[in-house]
Amino acid sequence: MKSKKGRVALYCVLFALVAFYLAPLESAIMTAFKTSSAFNETLPFAPPGLDGFTLDAWRVATTKLSHGILNSLLLAIPATILSATLGSLAAYGVTNVEWKYQMPIIALFVAGIFIPYQAVLVPLSRLFAIVDTQSLLAPLWGLPLMRAHYANIINLIIAHTAYGIPITFLLFRSYYRNLSEEMLEAARLDGASVFSIYRNIVLPLSKPMFAVTLIYQFTQVWNDLLFALVILPGGAGAGEPVTVALTNLSGGIIQSFGLQMAGAFVAAVPTLIVYIAFGEQFAKGVAN
Amino acid sequence: MQRIRKSLKKVRRRLRRTRIHTTGVLVSDDGANEGSPELRSDGGTITEERRETEQSIFQNEFVQSIPFWLPPFLLMGFFVYGAIGWNLIISLTDFASLTLPTYDPTTFDLEMYRQAWNDPNFWNAAQNTFVLLIVFTALCLVVGLALAILIDRGIRFENAFRTIYLLPMSLSFVVTAKVWAWMYNFESGMINVTLRQFSLGFFSYHWISNPTTKLAAVIFALIWQFSGYAMVVYLAGLRAIPDSHFEAARVDGASTWRMYRRVIVPQLRSSTMGAAVVLMVFALKAFDFLYVMFGTNPGPAADILATMMFREAFASNQWAYGSAIAIVLFAMALTVVGPYLYSEYKRGEL
Repeated sequence: MKSKKGRVALYCVLFALVAFYLAPLESAIMTAFKTSSAFNETLPFAPPGLDGFTLDAWRVATTKLSHGILNSLLLAIPATILSATLGSLAAYGVTNVEWKYQMPIIALFVAGIFIPYQAVLVPLSRLFAIVDTQSLLAPLWGLPLMRAHYANIINLIIAHTAYGIPITFLLFRSYYRNLSEEMLEAARLDGASVFSIYRNIVLPLSKPMFAVTLIYQFTQVWNDLLFALVILPGGAGAGEPVTVALTNLSGGIIQSFGLQMAGAFVAAVPTLIVYIAFGEQFAKGVAN
Repeated sequence: MQRIRKSLKKVRRRLRRTRIHTTGVLVSDDGANEGSPELRSDGGTITEERRETEQSIFQNEFVQSIPFWLPPFLLMGFFVYGAIGWNLIISLTDFASLTLPTYDPTTFDLEMYRQAWNDPNFWNAAQNTFVLLIVFTALCLVVGLALAILIDRGIRFENAFRTIYLLPMSLSFVVTAKVWAWMYNFESGMINVTLRQFSLGFFSYHWISNPTTKLAAVIFALIWQFSGYAMVVYLAGLRAIPDSHFEAARVDGASTWRMYRRVIVPQLRSSTMGAAVVLMVFALKAFDFLYVMFGTNPGPAADILATMMFREAFASNQWAYGSAIAIVLFAMALTVVGPYLYSEYKRGEL
């Protein structure tokens, strides 16, 4: 492969692969910009041309998905921060503090990552049908800026936080294991308590891992559909996250594909932003 | 290397404890702290405390660690293990309505599992699940390894290529299912139109409505979405192999193909195992993808246990039956994940 020919072939393969990975997205974007006549007249991957170019699909998609986007933000941001924080605390408690029999606890935390969610769906839906967050928190909904359908979002935040803990735990644990043992030991000998070691040494050192965890968890929570389907009461349009709104997105027959594709991109914007801005950390979080 | 370092650490720690224990003199492991006046002045008290309460320091640290891990553990434990326990109980009942199950010894049995055993739909879905898991995971690993090897050849713009190959993974199943539904569209979807464009129209096909290609089309789209993940894992694995191994193989005159097959790939075993387990988890989550593409019933050709479970429990209100299918799925996952976690534990990687 050192030869020039081999080099050229290598780049050809790499660019062909780029085409393979981008083609579906490219075709989707082109479609979203087309008027119905351009849709019929041009090839799916070809740009619409000036007279066939329209932003209608984007406008409609944005209008129809805006409430979902707001809900998803209200859901993903707290759930991400909570699960990252709890994961960090838990990982520290069993990794950097030495005590007997921590292995079973660690194993239970880690095994949680691999649970197929189908095994918890029925209890989960039953739980949130019985625990009526909406009436429990009734006084809240009278406050300014509060809406009754936020109860659904609170339920989803609780679920996503709980199910996010195993993966954040594992990410933080693999990081905390490589912290300098000497440094922690020195602090311990100086009489620092378990809490102050966390507060003064471990937490400040955790920043890069928090970045990875927050990015990973944010995309996970944002992209989820299953929990929302199960936890939200049927037809709860107002409290639905954007994935549910996108699933139910429909338009006229003609505009359908353009609208669907525009909607898909509108719904994907936040994770795409995260991915483009923090690609390196995203890859790191994924590889762990 | 890591294992050695870890065991060394363990020995040191044990050594330190015993030394403190027997002599009552504080000996730091590397001697770096001995010159520190702070330690020397306080040293006496710390040492004494340590000696007296060697056992209770242990417990004390344990007590102090409780507020850190117990609340997250309880929250996670309640939702994961509590829910699975509840699910198991429901699967043993005849629960099929919107009320809570009441304990009834006459119907508390394995009836639902028997029903599944005799249900051809269940076996069909189990078979599809199996095919999806194996084919998707295997192909993803192969594609991911190929991508990693291509990228790991000192090419320019490596970051850009990697970023693009990994991009689909950042997208939701909902988004990718919508996009691929459009790709596979018979009339105007990109795949068929391109085929017709090259006069290969006879190849155009009802990719996702025809039972023959339905599952394959789904697997193909999932590989598009997740092969970048396998690439990232393999890339990390490749970078961890010391250059000397490549050099040694080259000096021996091994061809590139042979070098990868004989020297490099065997060393990527742990990457392969880790990636395979996670890819299988993704495959189990492919429910979202199928749901967006086909609704609650993808039809026999693409019905997997996850979609069947959801349909039975949430569309037909057969909670108990859905729960039983979920337990089967859980058991399947356990047979893969259990040994994996155990081997990680054995390697000291957990």
